[in-house]
Amino acid sequence: MAMTRVIKYVFYDILRTRFILLYTLFLLVSTIAMFQLDTDTGKVILSLMNIVLMVVPLVSIVFSTIHFFNSYEFIELLLAQPVNRKVIFLGEYFAVAFSLCFAFAAGVGLPMFFYGGGTSGITLLYSGTMLTLVFVSLAFLSSVLTRDKAKAIGIALLFWFYFSLIYDGLLMWIIYTFMDYPLEKVTLALVSLNPVDLARILMLLQLDISALMGYTGAFYKEFFGSSMGLVFSSLVLLVWIIIPVWGALRIFIRKDL
Amino acid sequence: MNPFRFHIALLFCVAGLTATAKIHVVSPAGTIKSIKQALERALAGDTILVKPGVYREGNILITKPVVLLGEGRPVVEGENKHEVFSVTAGQVTISGFRIINTGVSSIKDLAGIGAMDAHNLVIRDNELAETFFGIHISNSRNSIIENNRLSVNSRSEYETGNGIHLWQSTGATIRNNTVTGHRDGIYFEFVTASRIEDNTCARNQRYGLHFMFSHDDEYHRNVFRENGAGVAVMYTRNVTMTHNLFEKNWGNSVYGLLLKDISDSKVNNNRFIQNTIAIYMEGTSRTEFTGNTFQSNGWGVRLQASCDGNTFTGNNFKSNTFDFATNGTLVLNTINGNYWDKYQGYDLNKDGIGDVPYRPVNLYTMVVERIPTAVLLWRSFLVFLLDRAEKVFPAVTPENLKDDYPSLRPYDLHS
Repeated sequence: MAMTRVIKYVFYDILRTRFILLYTLFLLVSTIAMFQLDTDTGKVILSLMNIVLMVVPLVSIVFSTIHFFNSYEFIELLLAQPVNRKVIFLGEYFAVAFSLCFAFAAGVGLPMFFYGGGTSGITLLYSGTMLTLVFVSLAFLSSVLTRDKAKAIGIALLFWFYFSLIYDGLLMWIIYTFMDYPLEKVTLALVSLNPVDLARILMLLQLDISALMGYTGAFYKEFFGSSMGLVFSSLVLLVWIIIPVWGALRIFIRKDL
Repeated sequence: MNPFRFHIALLFCVAGLTATAKIHVVSPAGTIKSIKQALERALAGDTILVKPGVYREGNILITKPVVLLGEGRPVVEGENKHEVFSVTAGQVTISGFRIINTGVSSIKDLAGIGAMDAHNLVIRDNELAETFFGIHISNSRNSIIENNRLSVNSRSEYETGNGIHLWQSTGATIRNNTVTGHRDGIYFEFVTASRIEDNTCARNQRYGLHFMFSHDDEYHRNVFRENGAGVAVMYTRNVTMTHNLFEKNWGNSVYGLLLKDISDSKVNNNRFIQNTIAIYMEGTSRTEFTGNTFQSNGWGVRLQASCDGNTFTGNNFKSNTFDFATNGTLVLNTINGNYWDKYQGYDLNKDGIGDVPYRPVNLYTMVVERIPTAVLLWRSFLVFLLDRAEKVFPAVTPENLKDDYPSLRPYDLHS
């Protein structure tokens, strides 16, 4: 009961800053513009995919971190009340995650519903929502790691930079160095260590399945050819949502605020 | 009676006896109970009409020019031991049968209908099921194979032969047949001046169509779908392939169309949809590719450096993962005037032709060509940055492989 009230108050607070509304509007306008400019749905989905893989994680992680520090006083006030720390923290998390997911679903989902996006559109919405949740989790983790707001934003940006660019660079270096070895299982395992890559592969399964089927090894064929790819990546994404927020919660409960 | 009239009548009778062939009716309840008996009685040019029933007669040898007609689709059984019909005479027609369960052998090519030195053979409206080879013709001229349905269910590759197999023949016409589940749907070796039209080859274990050393042949309006390895065309010159559909040939080294050592041929107005590699070319020379649509393939065209003098004009490339791939930097082929959906240039004079050339080979295509695993990083931000950098300063991609007159609008094909 206490949780829903916390969520409600945080939610009102988020709406007051109007950032979420701007974010929704930005997604809405750019999605509609893309559908207007191009008649080929596949190409629109492709352009939207770049937004989902780059912009959505960035906005999610930075906004969540800033919001956490802005509501520090509110959190301190709540802590003076007889409310469980766990309830406060999870209430914050759910309110932020819900509003960002809602913004994304409304901004991208509504135009897609009108123009029609097919299965690849649904996959895009799904992976965008999952990525939002993952990066809100990571933002909460970086927020509890330090007391300094600037430092926390720095850590958050580092997370984003690492998962969007640095990790792929490392992965490519590994692939290049060990190209003479059978790398199928290794690369797949390495990919699951990065939520952005996982979301990207979910999209590849929709957009580039013909090319992905061109690979040796029954393992790949099984992974890409069946629904196993979807189940596997969903499970790993779920782990990526739960683990950071769980770790952040543990730190927050023991932390001297 | 007027003696003159009587003579005329007699003359007509005699003429009728010699000219109109006799009809021998085979039926399980009749006087002639087996096809073999009827064949013994028949003379050249006779017709054998087979009534409904199941005929188990081992191997049926046809050594004289007769017409075999099945009425109400009689079933001829090979009992998993024999070749069903073996034709060694010219002018034979086999039509209206259901031929099932031939033997399987690794030494002999047992077939539903086998033919050797049988010219002007007509095989029409038959159903062949669970045969080792379906129709196997060697050393014959002017065969016509029409409206047959050939199918095999769930056998492994070494237990099946080819659906329609022609060897050392000329002037064959293969029209409107459906072949499923065989090793190769249609197999040609040393078959010249023949036509393959309106056939459907689907879900065959190896190739939908496989031909070698078969010059001057034409392939029109066929459908090749979900075959184990697509279609392979090898060691041949002067082939024409138009209006065919190559669809969903998926897998490692699976090609919609594999061209190996082909020259002076035409591949026009075909559709390649959702294949892993739509066209793979090796040692192909002076071949023309016009009016084809490449859509949603993994690779549109994979052009090995051993190809020269080929022209790609007026084709549509849409939603392929990679439009073009090649393994060398020397380019001896022309690819001008195609539509590429990834083209980002402009058209200032509004003539429908892009003002800057389009380079269909991007950096990452070259990387994936060397390291196939790297495809997992496709569409990542890193790869996007690398491709952009390469576009500004080309270092790895072949400088001369470009479309100088890319069309801004897709061509209106196949409508």
